[in-house]
This record gives sequence, structure tokens and C-alpha cells, in this order.
Amino acid sequence: MGISISNISKSYKNVKALQDISFDVKPNELFGLIGPDGAGKTTLFRILTTLLFPDEGTATVAGFNVVGDYKEIRKNVGYMPGKFSLYQDLTVEENLNFFATIFGTTIDENYDLIKDIYVQIEPFKDRRAGKLSGGMKQKLALSCALIHKPKVLFLDEPTTGVDPVSRKEFWEMLKRLQQKGITILVSTPYMDEAALCDRVALIQDGKILEIDTPEAIVKHYPKPIYNVRANNMYQLIISLKDYEFNHSVYPFGEFVHYTDSRTDFNPKELRHYLETKNLSDIEIQETEATIEDTFMELAK
Amino acid sequence: MNNVIQVEGLTKMFGDFTAVNAITFEVEKGEIFGFLGANGAGKTTAIKMLIGISNPTSGKATVAGFDVLTNPEDIKKNIGYMSQKFALYDDLTVKENITFFGGIYGLSRKKIKEKSEALIKELGLENVASQLVGSLPLGWKQKLSFSVSLIHDPKIVFLDEPTGGVDPITRRQFWEMIYKAANQGTTVFVTTHYMDEAEYCDRVSIMVNGKIEALDTPKKLKEQFQAESMNDVFLKLARG
Repeated sequence: MGISISNISKSYKNVKALQDISFDVKPNELFGLIGPDGAGKTTLFRILTTLLFPDEGTATVAGFNVVGDYKEIRKNVGYMPGKFSLYQDLTVEENLNFFATIFGTTIDENYDLIKDIYVQIEPFKDRRAGKLSGGMKQKLALSCALIHKPKVLFLDEPTTGVDPVSRKEFWEMLKRLQQKGITILVSTPYMDEAALCDRVALIQDGKILEIDTPEAIVKHYPKPIYNVRANNMYQLIISLKDYEFNHSVYPFGEFVHYTDSRTDFNPKELRHYLETKNLSDIEIQETEATIEDTFMELAK
Repeated sequence: MNNVIQVEGLTKMFGDFTAVNAITFEVEKGEIFGFLGANGAGKTTAIKMLIGISNPTSGKATVAGFDVLTNPEDIKKNIGYMSQKFALYDDLTVKENITFFGGIYGLSRKKIKEKSEALIKELGLENVASQLVGSLPLGWKQKLSFSVSLIHDPKIVFLDEPTGGVDPITRRQFWEMIYKAANQGTTVFVTTHYMDEAEYCDRVSIMVNGKIEALDTPKKLKEQFQAESMNDVFLKLARG
């Protein structure tokens, strides 16, 4: 009851939104689609949820073809779009009831599945959805996407613009849903969330850059990578970018991640160079690559 | 006095709800100041008071030397502002947007022309200068928007989640632009949900339920909360 995508392409006028995309999501997997705005994530979600036809290629969701079996798919999937799409003028409870009724079920029948999430907004069940805070809207949208007990759940950027605390709670909810047997495809622009998925696809400009487990993706990083720090961050970045042997220079929190174009790189040489640029308190230390390093290397 | 922002006991109430609860802090010239907090903590309400579009219930604040209550119009002339929600006009071209905002801030035609050419060249937008902004990738738009917010050489620029959804390479180019502006003496007041970006700031404040619960350099905050990263600091604080 997973997802299978074969050679899907989709264009809008002269924009190639998706170019020959193929991958599988295994049954009960928590699969992440990681990429920035404009990468094609939403287009792929719309094709898989039968809201858009692909130009080329085929896909199945929970065993059903996205073109031929669209009615079956709609019964079997839950979809939480990136933009809040519930009825703002209905209350929390009315929205949930509405979606349950559409799918021929009731809140009571599947309450078990949404209980964890819904109890957090139940005190506000008579409030109109439009008057909820961002975090509460998100929980209501997830409850509505789950009320018919879908086999596959699609979540399009559920954590965009959400603070780190609420993001963490949201991912904990996803893990619990996965334990209940639901296959989950979730997209996010936050690279650090990739580590929370079983497997991820990195996507940019309509193309898949890589598909693997987060651990494997990080291991595939082709070069030793160094944390560099000095007394003046801006001067450090400029100096590293001017260094003739640099392969990549990216600020990473309190450090700059530096890779060298040579195979026999000696950190002492770099230190010496930085000293000639009047930098002090220089630290250079080898570190491990992150998903974001890999993404940038592949997108270069 | 080198403080570009000076805030003392600033408070905003909506009915009996206290959105911003007696916050006090200052920001120095040329500083990159990170203004963090969970959704709903009161950041946006606080920023609205600082940029002169919402009156405080009590307390005092001066921005660029002007009082937020008595001189909000002077503040607006002396600050730049960009957010992800409001940035540029999609239906105007790159050049038209620059001209429009230059005009709003009262720059002369000659000055606008100079600024426009310099800015387009610096961002490498020569080939798309006559295209509608709506047709540009998000990352380009955000970089252009930041440059436009600096067009009148403001003392301070307020950036409200400027990098949300932007790809990782562009996000870093954006921060290099921030460093450059700060290096030239512009004060940068920025909100973000990317905790690695919090590390790029000179100092960071964290708001919880309307109050500033922590304020220091990222290094000192990590020591204070015995945390490995700013993300840990944030989780410890905002979760209580």
C-alpha cells in the first residue's frame, strides 16, 4: 500500500515543473521530499492525489493508478495541502464533521486515530477555523486529513513557517501515525527534518538529486569538510571565497563549512593564508557533512 | 549614543490579553540582532510597534532616534522593511519596483537611476531587469527585495522571516548580503525560524509568551543553557 512513481514529467507553459521523476515509497514508510520553493514538490503531490494529470509517466498510490483509478485513490488517501484549505467560517467541530460525512464515516468511528492530535484543539471546538492560531489550524487540518482513516497520507510542507518547538511536536505526531500503519509522504524545505524520515528524495528544479536514507546521503558526501571559525565572520567568508583552492564556502551556524579543491589539502596552509588576511582566533577542524551540505553540493 | 533601537518596558495589550509584556532591550549601530520566538510569542506585535504602525499600550521605544509614539512618520523614513509576505509588486518589473520604492522614499530621479543600475548589476539581474517580478524564482525575489529595502540608506532594516522556503545556497547568499550591510554600518533586526541563522547574529533575543526570556550572544546563550546549538537553547526555553 505504498506509492510507485515512474518517469513522471509535467510542464506549465515553458516551465518544466517535473522532469522524469521515478521513485517508490514502501508501505508504511515515512518518506521525505526535501527541496526549496519551486522545486516541484506541490506539483508531484497534486499528481499523486489525482488533482492534476501528468504529461508523461505513470504512478500508483495504494495500488491504484492515479489517472484511471482516481475515485479509489481519493477514498484511500489523506491530503494536507501547504495552504490552509479548511472552511474558515465553520467551527473546528463542524469542519471535522463535514470531512467525516463526505467520506461516509463519523468522528466517533475513527476517533482513535486522531485522538492524540484532536484533544489539543478540542477545547476550541466551537471556535471558527479562521480564528485559530497557526499551530491549531495545522492540527485541525491534520485531523481532517485523517478522519476517513487513509492508507496513505500526503503532507505538503506542514512545517513551513512553523517555529522549532511546534515543528518538533509535529514530527512526533507523524511518527505515531506511522506506527499505526499509515504510509506518509511529507515535503519540507527544512533540510534538518530529513534526518527524521526513513528515506528522503532531494529535489530541485523538478529533478531528483538523490534518493536514500538520511545516513547514507550524508556518507556519500565526496570530500572532507572543515569547520572554520575566526574573529570576523564576514571577513572570513570573503577571504575563503578569495582563496584560490576553495571548492565550496558556506556559512553554517557559528562556523563556515569549507571544502578544498586539492586532494592533499593541509589545514595549516589555510590557517597561514587566513592569518595574512588579518584574521585571528582561527579554528579549523574536520567535521561531518550534513544533508544540507550534500544538497548544496548536488545542486551546484 | 550608539543605540539605534532603545526599548524600555514596551507593552501591548489587546483587551485583557497581553501580547507584548514589558520588553526592554537595545540594539547598537551595525549590529545583527536576531529576534526569535515561537509562533504567537508576540514578535510581530513587537515589530509593528517598533516600525511605528501600532501604538504601545505603555512603555517607551526609540528607533533611529525617534519616539515610536510621537514620531512614527520619521521612523518610517529612516528604516527599511521586508518580510516574506510583503516584499515587492509581482505585477511590476524589476526596474519598476526599484523606481517605485525609490520614489516612495523621496529619492531624486537621478539618484533612483544610479541606485537602480548599481543594484541590478550587483545582483546580476541585467537580463531580467524588464521582466515582471512575479516571474522570478523566490530566491532572486528575496535578494532583490532586501536590496530595495536598503535603497534609501536606512539606519536600520527590519527583516521578518526573510529566508523562509528559500533554497540553501540562496539562503547563504542572502546572509552574506546581511553581513555586508552590517559591515557598512546598517543595523539589521531579523526574525527567523532557521536556528542556524540565529548563530549568524551578533546577539539574539528569545521571546516566550510576550516576554523576552533570554538575550545575549549565541555563544553565551549556549553556555547559559548548557546547550550544543541555538536549536537546543530554543527548545529548552520555549518549551518551558
